[in-house]
Amino acid sequence: MNIVVCVKHVPDAQGDRTFTDSDMTVDREGVDGLLSELDEYAVEESLKLAEASGGTVTVVTVGPAAAADAVKKALQMGADKGVHVSDEAIHGSDAPATSLILAAAVKKVTDGAPELVVTGMASTDGTMGVVPAMLAERLGLPQVTFASELSVVDGKITAKRDSDASTETIEATAPALISVTDQINEPRYPSFKGIMAAKKKPVEQWTLADLGLDASQVGLANSWTKVVEVAKRPPRQQGEIITDEGDGGVKLAEFLAAHKFL
Amino acid sequence: MGEVLILVDHVDGKLRKATAELLTIARRLGEPSAVHIGPGAETAQVTLAKYGAGKVYVFDDPAALGHLVAPQAEVLAAVVAKTNPVAVLIPSNSIGKEVAARLAIKTESGVITDAVDVQAGDGGPVATQSAFAGSYTVKSQVTKGAAIIAVKPNSAAISPAPAAGAIERVDVALSDLAKAAPITERKPKAKSGRPELTEASIVVSGGRGTGGDFSPVEGFADTLGAAVGASRAAVDAGWYPHSNQVGQTGKQVSPQLYVACGISGAIQHRAGMQTSKTIIAINKDEEAPIFELVDFGVIGDLFNVLPQATDEVKKRKG
Ligand SMILES: Cc1cc2nc3c(=O)[nH]c(=O)nc-3n(C[C@H](O)[C@H](O)[C@H](O)COP(=O)(O)OP(=O)(O)OC[C@H]3O[C@@H](n4cnc5c(N)ncnc54)[C@H](O)[C@@H]3O)c2cc1C
Ligand SMILES: Nc1ncnc2c1ncn2[C@@H]1O[C@H](COP(=O)(O)O)[C@@H](O)[C@H]1O
Repeated sequence: MNIVVCVKHVPDAQGDRTFTDSDMTVDREGVDGLLSELDEYAVEESLKLAEASGGTVTVVTVGPAAAADAVKKALQMGADKGVHVSDEAIHGSDAPATSLILAAAVKKVTDGAPELVVTGMASTDGTMGVVPAMLAERLGLPQVTFASELSVVDGKITAKRDSDASTETIEATAPALISVTDQINEPRYPSFKGIMAAKKKPVEQWTLADLGLDASQVGLANSWTKVVEVAKRPPRQQGEIITDEGDGGVKLAEFLAAHKFL
Repeated sequence: MGEVLILVDHVDGKLRKATAELLTIARRLGEPSAVHIGPGAETAQVTLAKYGAGKVYVFDDPAALGHLVAPQAEVLAAVVAKTNPVAVLIPSNSIGKEVAARLAIKTESGVITDAVDVQAGDGGPVATQSAFAGSYTVKSQVTKGAAIIAVKPNSAAISPAPAAGAIERVDVALSDLAKAAPITERKPKAKSGRPELTEASIVVSGGRGTGGDFSPVEGFADTLGAAVGASRAAVDAGWYPHSNQVGQTGKQVSPQLYVACGISGAIQHRAGMQTSKTIIAINKDEEAPIFELVDFGVIGDLFNVLPQATDEVKKRKG
């Protein structure tokens, strides 16, 4: 089965993530970026499925020049080829616009007939977790999202999804869109061989025009939402810290009483 | 003033706390109407009316909840087409956010998720979110279509404002595609008898520092009537169910009080609890980053501190 996996390049959460002053978009230049950790699970699951069924894995990313690193990492893990959609006009795109571009890229790379599209559960910068559902809607595919367990046998998909009140079993038949959680597997590290092999793997560079899209459909100016204010939250004032000298529990209870929690 | 739709968060007509919150917020923006998908609308109606729903749109075809996400988006899209609302408020949980996502594409409307506040503003509702693990506050507006906003639990203090709550049935023929991913089994979670994590006003969480023994954490939680949370390290070790995980890939909680026990305070954990009003930590290591966030911290062994605190709280409560 041939699989398309969508991955995002995000600012490192260990760094000082900020917004740019000029247009209040996420600052993707000031902080080192990397393949979103949550998308490693999607790559791993795609590789496993392809290995089991003898298909290929194509990794697709939408993002600025630096996003090529995310594609590279997925190729090093074992994906077969990459697609990097990059265009000045994409800067500042919101989720509906991103899903529009991704949907067009998925269609182009599969000649309009995707078999399985796999994504992460959420990006670690935006953390919206909405692009997969939007992609399913746009591609007209059944949606099997937040899979914490997955099996695909002869195109028959069975997944487990954790909801608040229950654990659900979901079934669907490929073609379908699947998003996976960080419960599903242990992503592999690229091996030395994988790193060497990745250098020879093909990566397509596409612009909006290659996808038949137009600058008026995407980007900050054409997003369906706008940010009106960004404020750095004042760091929390550190409160009182005590060392337990045998009465730590009592002091804790006193704090609770003084703050009316009892 | 135009209509504001809210998607009812319920289990068989039993309302979850978010529903009254959404109605309370909706009243700031226009005339609230509830959209009830699934069984139990007659049970829900009383409370929906009490918190301000003028109308209750009902779609109770079992197929709507028997398939993942897509049918709910189709039903909402039909009600949006009929009512042309100023806003659609949806509970910001994993299902709700995905319903919002599909609705946005169907109706060509902008969508904002994880809102912690929504107020009326010039040019439509203004939603407040917190970004980058709570280190930023961002205000945004929808500029196209109906303002679709997914709102987190605990984002408003509920207040009643009785309205008619008139039931109106919605007639939608669900597409075949919406029924392409059936939910073939639902295994209910074991009930703990404690409040639900995202709704609770107090959450007591345990991490790797519990060494797998959550009894002091649970004991302390129970004296406070609190929910119990866990770090991913504790969940990955199999000590506590994933549904109790707090953090980036677990639940995002925003209670009045959060007590972190034996949790170091990694960025991914903070992402799920940093907006709590008051934060307490108990940790053996004075260098643990969780102490940067706390209003009150105890450097000590949770196996000493928690049982003592539990006894003292019980004594004070009488
Ligand atoms: C993609 C991704 C997603 C993630 N999502 C989440 C998430 O949603 N939620 C989450 O929590 N983590 C998440 N993590 C993991 C996160 O990075 C940390 O590994 C995790 O939060 C650590 O859990 P911990 O604090 O319990 O364990 P540790 O970091 O090991 O901390 C244990 C603490 O307990 C203290 N301790 C030990 N014994 C005692 C004692 N007897 N009394 C008092 N204190 C004691 C220690 O001093 C230490 O500070 C994620 C990671 C990744 C990569
Ligand atoms: N710019 C992008 N390029 C490729 N995939 C993306 C992009 N943005 C989001 N995704 C995919 O959609 C998932 C959810 O993202 P989000 O809805 O932004 O939280 C991610 O885990 C990715 O798999």
